[in-house]
Amino acid sequence: MESIRDLLELIPYTTALPVWVQAILPPAVSAVILFLFVAVLAMFAIWLERKVAAHMQDRLGPMYVGGWHGWAQSIADTIKLLLKEDIVPAAADKALFKAAPAIVFIPSFAAFVVLPFGISSIVADLNIGVLYLFAVASLTVVGILMAGWASNNKYSLFGGMRSAAQIVSYEIPAALSVMPVIIIVGSLSMQQIVRAQTGGIQNWFVFRNPFTFLAFFLYFICSLAEVNRTPFDIPEAESELVAGYHTEYSGMRFAFFFLAEYSNMFLVAGIATTLFLGGWSQVLPAQWVPKQLIPGPILFFLKALSLVFVQIWLRWTLPRLRVDQLMYLCWKVMLPLALVLVLGAGLLAVW
Amino acid sequence: MTRYLKDLWYGWTTTWHSMWITIRHLFRPNKGYTIQYPTVKAPLPERARMRLFNRIEDCIGCGQCARACPTDCIDIQTEKRGKDEPPVFASDGTPIKLRTFVFDIDMTLCCYCALCTFPCPTHCLVMTKEYEYAVYDKRDHIYHFAVDKPRYASPAEKEQPAAKA
Repeated sequence: MESIRDLLELIPYTTALPVWVQAILPPAVSAVILFLFVAVLAMFAIWLERKVAAHMQDRLGPMYVGGWHGWAQSIADTIKLLLKEDIVPAAADKALFKAAPAIVFIPSFAAFVVLPFGISSIVADLNIGVLYLFAVASLTVVGILMAGWASNNKYSLFGGMRSAAQIVSYEIPAALSVMPVIIIVGSLSMQQIVRAQTGGIQNWFVFRNPFTFLAFFLYFICSLAEVNRTPFDIPEAESELVAGYHTEYSGMRFAFFFLAEYSNMFLVAGIATTLFLGGWSQVLPAQWVPKQLIPGPILFFLKALSLVFVQIWLRWTLPRLRVDQLMYLCWKVMLPLALVLVLGAGLLAVW
Repeated sequence: MTRYLKDLWYGWTTTWHSMWITIRHLFRPNKGYTIQYPTVKAPLPERARMRLFNRIEDCIGCGQCARACPTDCIDIQTEKRGKDEPPVFASDGTPIKLRTFVFDIDMTLCCYCALCTFPCPTHCLVMTKEYEYAVYDKRDHIYHFAVDKPRYASPAEKEQPAAKA
């Protein structure tokens, strides 16, 4: 936000505006930029997902819209969804039904505030960045449960309930798997965490010590569960629950669920990048290349996008877990492992 | 405990193994299974049976096709050509003694068995390789092949000159 404030100061007469406008303008501009970024990113991720899915199954995927390998397919789909009729079921709880998509999307959007895209490209470098992330991201479950309940549909309710159970369970190992990093850095600020990893690939927390190495994988698996992706997609299991909590949604509200899902995917990939893959810091060791050649935001984007690709890759590789298997994995595998990692990282830090 | 660890190890290794399989398929160069349909079309078998076509100039109106049809999708109405009319011949030399003024094929009923094409004495009823003929109105699937108008609008009208004489 500071860089946007600096940019706005370059425009003449902004200082002549009323004080409250001057105060609101930088956050508003950054919000608009972030929203556009998230929307375009979600559209790109949907296209990527369809292409990767198709090619993994030896198909071709979208090929026509836009000419080159159907690059404009998601744009066409978005326009279609915008123009579609917005149906609210007669038996639904109208107010909750209408509010749910926004409540699902807003937390994932709000969490983008603390993602450090570059040295200066961060909306707000909160000193409790990681805590804020986990607090905000866990609000999504309220919206999902709301959508499931308000739809007044068995399948939606099942999806909502499953999602709530899943997200609440996986919050714990996810938060614990972040602990080793925070123990090493000693700060919750996202920028501090990235700064602790500058100077090349060997300084990244994935490769720092065995505990953080395992913590990366643990966090990645938990993040899959938190964004309801395969193999943990039981809340929206197509083959059993139609589409889970967004069965009854159509048109723009449905699009918002999709936007939330894909922005969440990028969000957790961004968190994993920041915490374990060095965020915007360079890949090559500083001994060989002293100056950062590729701009930070591009590096961050590439790292996060490759993690998004791994999410997609996993989705089209693994089958869906059963509910009991999901809980088994969470409470009997992830949680003990996370506790061991926290303990180990703590001992290592003291020693 | 051993089983627990074994399960964990099994899950971990099989995940990597299956990921290796999918990534191999992702970068496989030849995806020869999909045909980009409207621009590229699959080659049809030599004797593919698609939309029916009747060369009405060669049709002698014998109605054998209509009798052979298991779904009764062919509707033929004919009348005798008058003695005073000039003789007409099909391209193989068969004299056409009947005027076919209705030769309708309802392609929505057709079961593509091609039984109608075999009895045709002049080989004028054939199955073409044309398969893209979707229409907006069901009635557009009834193909009218007859070009001749009936000389006598109704049997009663035909009787009239005789009654006068």
